[in-house]
Amino acid sequence: MATARKAANSDAAQPNLPFAFRKYTAEQLRDVLHKMYLIRRFEEGAEDAYMRGLIHGTMHLSIGQEASAMGICMPLTDQDQITSTHRGHGHCIAKGADVKRMFAEFFGKTTGYCKGRGGSMHIADVTKGNLGANGIVAGGIPIAVGAALAAKKLKNGKVAVSFFGDGANNEGAFHEALNMAAVWRLPVIFVCENNGYGMSTSTERSTAVKNIADRASAYAMPGVIVDGNNFSEVAEAAEAAVERARAGEGPTLIESKTYRYRGHSKSDRNRYRTKEEIEDWMTNRDPIALFEAELKEFGIIDDAGIEAVREAVKKEIADGIEFAKDSPSPEIRDLENYVYTEVA
Amino acid sequence: MDVAVRELSYAQAIQEAMAIAMEQDERVFLMGEDIGVYGGAFQVTGDLVERFGSERVMDTPISELGGAGVAVGAALTGMRPIFEFQFSDFATLAMEQIVNQAAKMRFMLGGEVSVPVVMRFPAGSGTGAAAQHSQSLEAWLGHVPGLKVIQPATPHDVKGMLLAAVADPDPVMIFEHKLLYKMKGPVPEGHYTVPIGKADIRRQGRDLTIVATSIMVHKALEAAAALQAEGIDIEVIDLRTVRPMDKQTIIDSVKKTSRLLCVYEAVKTLGIGAEVSAAVAESDAFDYLDAPIVRLGGAEIPIPYNPDLEKATVPQVPDIIAAARDLAKGKR
Repeated sequence: MATARKAANSDAAQPNLPFAFRKYTAEQLRDVLHKMYLIRRFEEGAEDAYMRGLIHGTMHLSIGQEASAMGICMPLTDQDQITSTHRGHGHCIAKGADVKRMFAEFFGKTTGYCKGRGGSMHIADVTKGNLGANGIVAGGIPIAVGAALAAKKLKNGKVAVSFFGDGANNEGAFHEALNMAAVWRLPVIFVCENNGYGMSTSTERSTAVKNIADRASAYAMPGVIVDGNNFSEVAEAAEAAVERARAGEGPTLIESKTYRYRGHSKSDRNRYRTKEEIEDWMTNRDPIALFEAELKEFGIIDDAGIEAVREAVKKEIADGIEFAKDSPSPEIRDLENYVYTEVA
Repeated sequence: MDVAVRELSYAQAIQEAMAIAMEQDERVFLMGEDIGVYGGAFQVTGDLVERFGSERVMDTPISELGGAGVAVGAALTGMRPIFEFQFSDFATLAMEQIVNQAAKMRFMLGGEVSVPVVMRFPAGSGTGAAAQHSQSLEAWLGHVPGLKVIQPATPHDVKGMLLAAVADPDPVMIFEHKLLYKMKGPVPEGHYTVPIGKADIRRQGRDLTIVATSIMVHKALEAAAALQAEGIDIEVIDLRTVRPMDKQTIIDSVKKTSRLLCVYEAVKTLGIGAEVSAAVAESDAFDYLDAPIVRLGGAEIPIPYNPDLEKATVPQVPDIIAAARDLAKGKR
């Protein structure tokens, strides 16, 4: 058992610590735990509100994938831009969104990030660089390449990150976008969150290569596989990819192997995977439990501290739901707003 | 100050507009397949790569979907891309990015973003390129809220409308008939714009209104000139914009002439002619009609290769003359 210590940039002194515990301060690490809880409780809260009929439509929950979203966003600034997916709540929170406005969007209210026009599937926070979740599988990948092209042309030092799932790697847009990013050496990071299934179809049944990262060699870019449930491992790969992108050395493909506890969407009857498989991931590989254990092991937080995080998150979620409930709905007379840019 | 006016081809006018846009705004750049040293499949970009360099006149791989998406992403994040499809038919490969992304991004995000992308589509038949390189798909895109769709018919208009498109905060799709590229006409020097969403009355007349698009404007004018000799006085409206459509100009004209003929190259059914007809039928101009509305559009077939078959597929001047004459003389 390691002795309690403050994480610091002292690689030489503590060579056996995981990357994140060498790279980030104790405060940063505690904030990561806070946000991982915020993602999970947000999604649980959204699911509960959906069950109670407060949210309509559907939603795609990323419960079990929190470390992946957080690890990838660690090296990003508010100016860096991401494109996200239908399973994008975690990315949105990891990039700095306010859960109040996220809940408001899910409730279809004008105070929501998209003023009630987008909902779960198009959640965005442009002020924090989140260009939006996308309802089209692989739809955001070329857009992220375009954002990276703009960054290169404008010389503003921004990097772009495209999150997508394993299903997206079989779309043509994936191939076209990765190829162009490599040809033009653009500052973009492709993050495949491989949770094993594109809706019901496993990667074994849908994808010719064993690892999606293997496809990187076809685009002459590094392909990195990480345990997507291990925050430190994800963050380490993200930091390296962002450094490479900022240095003008081009794109990286990161395959973050993870698992979603819930079904694909609210219509999922869960006939394509076993209860044992799901329980194994939940019991033995939960990203929050794993991270908590590390935080305790390295003396960053104790049980009381963890309890305090949970309580704080619980209150944020409750406040967010109240805010959403109390917010006004859009007026029907504003139905046609935002289709075109209003000319002043 | 007098602005010099020269004769330029339609292709030269587009090239000049893109050069002016790039000179005036560093955010403007061109993307497309073989638009660099090759000069574009129809030589529209020509030698622009020599003037502006390959960073601003970017050759893309043959990746219409990805390329369109890159243009959308760049537009979303501060640039003003002009994306050239080599043929408008290839829009079918990029429909996802055009229809789901470019058109809807602003709306889905509650007005927090704009997508100021311009996409250019060389369109239409008449080049012997057969069914996959000759289509007129403007009505497809015209059906999508969030897009603006234009069909300039003259060198003057294509320059002015392209410059208006570049300045527009929303995605603008420009359909350029390939047979117009070599057509010459007066084009003022320097920067000017022609508004998107405004039709133009190309010829005043009393007896009959023809609403035409793109190359059909020229065919309609030719037919109108021929029928003048028979004492039939035709008004020709160049629609210029498919979305948003300038219905008022059509309605006002039909109230004057009481007869309407729509002429367009795309497949007749479920096309622009139906929308123009409905605009009249749904307005007070309906009460002024002295005869049923007539549409002349493309045949309900893919564009054939054989030149005689190809010509027969889309309205030609004699077809317009015959239809207009019958309509004006009450034979309909």
